[in-house]
Amino acid sequence: MSGATPTRTPAPAWLRPATLADALAARAAHPDWLVVAGGTDVMVGSTRRPEPPGVLDLFGLAELSAITEGPDGLCVGAGATYAALLRHPTVRDRFPCLHEAAREVGALQIQARGTLGGNVQTSSPVGDTLPPLLALDAEVEVASAARGPRRVPYAAWITSYRKTALATDELLVAVHLPWPAPGTRQRWRKVGTRKAQAISKVMLAATARLEGDGPGRPGTIAHARVALGAVADRPVRLPTVEALLVGASPDPALAERVREAVRAAITPITDVRSTADYRREVAANLVARFVLDLAAPALPGADPGAGGAP
Amino acid sequence: MIGLGERVGASPPRVDGAAKVTGAARYVDDLQPPGCLVGRTVRSRVAHGVLRALERDPGFDWSDVTFVTAADVPGRNVVTLIEDDQPVLVPVGGTIRHHDEAVALVAAPTKEKAEAARAAVRLVVDPLPAIFTLDDALRAEVKLHGQDNVFKRFEVTRGDDVERALAACDVVVEGVYETGAQEQMYIEPQGMLAAWEGDTCHVTGSLQCPYYVHKALKVTLGLPAERVVITQAVTGGGFGGKEEYPSMIGAHAALLARAAGRPVKVVYERDEDVAATTKRHPSRVRHRLGLAKDGRMLAADVDVLFDGGAYATLTQVVLSRGVLHAAGPYRIPTVRIVGRALATNHPPHGAFRGFGAPQTTFAYERQTAKAARALGMDPVALRRLNLYRDGDVTATGQTLRGSVAAHPTLDRVVAQLEQPPPAGRRTLPQAPHVKRGRGVATYFHGSGFTGSGEERLKGQATVAVAADGVLEVRAGSTDMGQGATTTFAQIAATALDVHVSQVRVAQPSTDKVPDSGPTVASRTCMIVGGLVDQAARAVRSKLEAFAAEVGLAADDPARGDLPALARRWAAARGELAETHTYRPPAGIRWDDQTYRGDAYPVFGWAACAVDVAVDTDTWEVVVERCVHAVDVGKAINPTIVQGQIDGGTVQALGWALWESVQYREGKVLNDRMTNCIIPTAIEAPELETLLVEEPYAHGPFGAKGVGEIPMDGPGAAVASAVEDALGVAMDELPLLPEVVHRRVRAGRAGGAA
Ligand SMILES: Cc1cc2nc3c(=O)[nH]c(=O)nc-3n(C[C@H](O)[C@H](O)[C@H](O)COP(=O)(O)OP(=O)(O)OC[C@H]3O[C@@H](n4cnc5c(N)ncnc54)[C@H](O)[C@@H]3O)c2cc1C
Repeated sequence: MSGATPTRTPAPAWLRPATLADALAARAAHPDWLVVAGGTDVMVGSTRRPEPPGVLDLFGLAELSAITEGPDGLCVGAGATYAALLRHPTVRDRFPCLHEAAREVGALQIQARGTLGGNVQTSSPVGDTLPPLLALDAEVEVASAARGPRRVPYAAWITSYRKTALATDELLVAVHLPWPAPGTRQRWRKVGTRKAQAISKVMLAATARLEGDGPGRPGTIAHARVALGAVADRPVRLPTVEALLVGASPDPALAERVREAVRAAITPITDVRSTADYRREVAANLVARFVLDLAAPALPGADPGAGGAP
Repeated sequence: MIGLGERVGASPPRVDGAAKVTGAARYVDDLQPPGCLVGRTVRSRVAHGVLRALERDPGFDWSDVTFVTAADVPGRNVVTLIEDDQPVLVPVGGTIRHHDEAVALVAAPTKEKAEAARAAVRLVVDPLPAIFTLDDALRAEVKLHGQDNVFKRFEVTRGDDVERALAACDVVVEGVYETGAQEQMYIEPQGMLAAWEGDTCHVTGSLQCPYYVHKALKVTLGLPAERVVITQAVTGGGFGGKEEYPSMIGAHAALLARAAGRPVKVVYERDEDVAATTKRHPSRVRHRLGLAKDGRMLAADVDVLFDGGAYATLTQVVLSRGVLHAAGPYRIPTVRIVGRALATNHPPHGAFRGFGAPQTTFAYERQTAKAARALGMDPVALRRLNLYRDGDVTATGQTLRGSVAAHPTLDRVVAQLEQPPPAGRRTLPQAPHVKRGRGVATYFHGSGFTGSGEERLKGQATVAVAADGVLEVRAGSTDMGQGATTTFAQIAATALDVHVSQVRVAQPSTDKVPDSGPTVASRTCMIVGGLVDQAARAVRSKLEAFAAEVGLAADDPARGDLPALARRWAAARGELAETHTYRPPAGIRWDDQTYRGDAYPVFGWAACAVDVAVDTDTWEVVVERCVHAVDVGKAINPTIVQGQIDGGTVQALGWALWESVQYREGKVLNDRMTNCIIPTAIEAPELETLLVEEPYAHGPFGAKGVGEIPMDGPGAAVASAVEDALGVAMDELPLLPEVVHRRVRAGRAGGAA
């Protein structure tokens, strides 16, 4: 065996564009290259996959990383990291369910590298920020060199299991979050295999706004969004449950009806992380708990149920 | 002279600490001798079948690949341990007995090429029907071992006929308890490096027991003892997982290196390690406990089943320890314990911290909790009534003579519970859907080898003045992170009255250190540490005599300077080596035939209380408080000892609540750290660890074992706490939220809740 030369695969081409225009040009020129932001999804198992011909590295690209406030809402760059989301006071104050979701992704190292755009494009049924994007009526903005930008409601962005409507010459640019109406309550709840570095078994993101509530009076629900993760091949909104909520008054009877409706609305699977049975019951419990908590005067933080996780 | 802060009983920094935190420590994967090839293992993709052929893809470039099969084994194709039934590589025509079993080996200049070569080997297999459950193993329609699939059966009896005794009891509590497999999940995956120098084979790697590997490789390679040299590299965790399996990897690396004529390193990927190497035995224990109305335990009938997996490996020894602990630390006049280890087509289960005792402890402590409820008694009071005291007689007929701390450990826990819980702990909110409960457990763990094991082993340790004049401890016991090196250095330094830094602990290598016996069974500090202590004292008196011989005046301060004397000795006379061999204390008797007598030289004792909160929306269990008192005889280095207890406690909580190895058709489904979940620092409660020191007369400075006992009891305490919170029996581990949910639903349906 002596004299044999080690076989080495040639290193792939690596491009780190300085501007979005350059990035879009490179994307159009090399549709088969791997787009990498934080790399926290694409690096997993990468040694077991064939190497891509090239890498388009977007991490830190300024035009993709900004979080900016506009008249209609907040624009979060696709390249914004979880750490950036967590630092941003407007995200914390106006979009607590996204803030809380970011807080529970992986652990500090992953939060420093992982991006919102990466989560959206991996489009895993267990992507933690995805139910919040549904509950917050988010829109995604994508762009290509040839056709310029376009905006798509997030609810229509996922086309099938881990597939999105991104064209091969497009890049994800930003996520737009409309300002929630004043008084909108938000809930995030992640049930993972443990408290950190955990893939979700069930997630709930929900928003609701009450009208006519006051001391001793719960009022009626004027607006509701209920989104679940890890119970289907993609994150889902539950229109039947939302319909039950709107116009109703949050009380234990409503919570019970909602529990039933959630059970009927989803058909989760059993896999290595959990069972169908458990996922269905827990999803139903989490939504019912949200309804029960709406009856309480004010929502203390976004997640009273999760306890003192740091 | 040794400083106060270094003496036995103080906690000087670990002698291996600096190298580890600076990255200077060299693990096996850091070793890269010139020309070293990457070795990979070709594995079975079925759980049971006859290997008809191994086909190599003719289109693949094999020119720089070394390929090894069973036909290339120069000695016997077995991993020598107890029964010699496990092949190093399944031969063509032979039987594959579990998924991911090794059938061939490849080595190549790069990892990529080795991976590709492995993928270019095709196995032709005639599948056979397989066994994956204890019930199927018992039915024995498929026969994997003998006529009944029983690897080993043990029986321990004491007192009357057990049926008659149970019939006479006021209350009989009965339960069936199941526990799952558990992965050791050491941070450093397994790996070995082999290199031949002429006709001598050198193997270095991540391992617990150099002499186990030595014994096995002599047989596989057909070599005399002196031509096989096994060295431990810095090892990143073991927990029992590196007790037996390194013999397999060492043999593979040696065979590849022999065929390639170059060094070969085989380091497992995480998924391969989780899929193929040994785990804790899944178990099912049926337990009947009879009591008098006043709470006295009168009779216990215990039936223990372990899933041994595909080969005998260490299973019978694990079963033995499980059986010997199965009646608990309680005075029970009539006992029958029957233990059987069964053959299945799972990868072999093996050594894991606790070694069979956690499984049977789970059963007897759940029984104790249920008995308290059945009698309407306080669970602590019931234990106080029955716990062993000095002079009591165990199930094997062993009279406990000294160092019995069953009551003191429980008393410490009870006292601690009166104190407010630690600040900063993680709790769930106070809410109607959050239920709370408390569980208690008391248990014991034999230190050292079972029965006559230590007598047979005749472990040795040496303290020497090395050729370079340095005082050196030479032992075959390894440090895998548990602190053995520091403990030995401290014992020797205290005995020699020198600074810890003036003692060197030799890297374990079979050509340099004696066989101290394996680094297992809570024996390293107590047994081998005792030998180090004796040998060090012998060296000290030789050097002191030497001082007189060379004419140092009695009041010359140089007489007290042992390191200087050692250097003078080395210059004048060369090496000085004092080797001591273990001899059991007088009066220890054990009969392997009847399984009666002194099962262990001494026991460690422990008590644990756990408070849980259960969120009934998600069925997640949060351990809000965990008080754990453990008797260690004497804490040589209290920081290290507390580290052992803290770590063992969290590992036990992991086994109780999160850690689940899932098999499908004998294959591990969750073979990554992302899905083979172990607890993190967030899950770990603010541990309230309490050291109790009930000295053992024959241990060094009174020390006895500590490594395993913290693993034994917290599982039962957690289950009892969850049961207390929810009012539904929790008789299996792990109590994943899915399991708690299933049991609550079944309990409601059955009207038990
Ligand atoms: C240890 C660990 C823990 C984790 N924990 C969690 C968790 O708790 N919850 C969770 O949801 N996820 C978790 N993840 C997954 C991952 O961190 C997240 O999905 C993260 O958001 C991915 O972002 P990224 O920037 O690293 O993506 P990358 O890995 O860089 O990319 C992911 C995908 O998005 C595409 N992409 C990225 N940016 C763009 C863009 N601008 N335009 C077009 N395509 C783009 C890439 O081509 C790729 O297909 C974890 C991962 C690891 C390794």
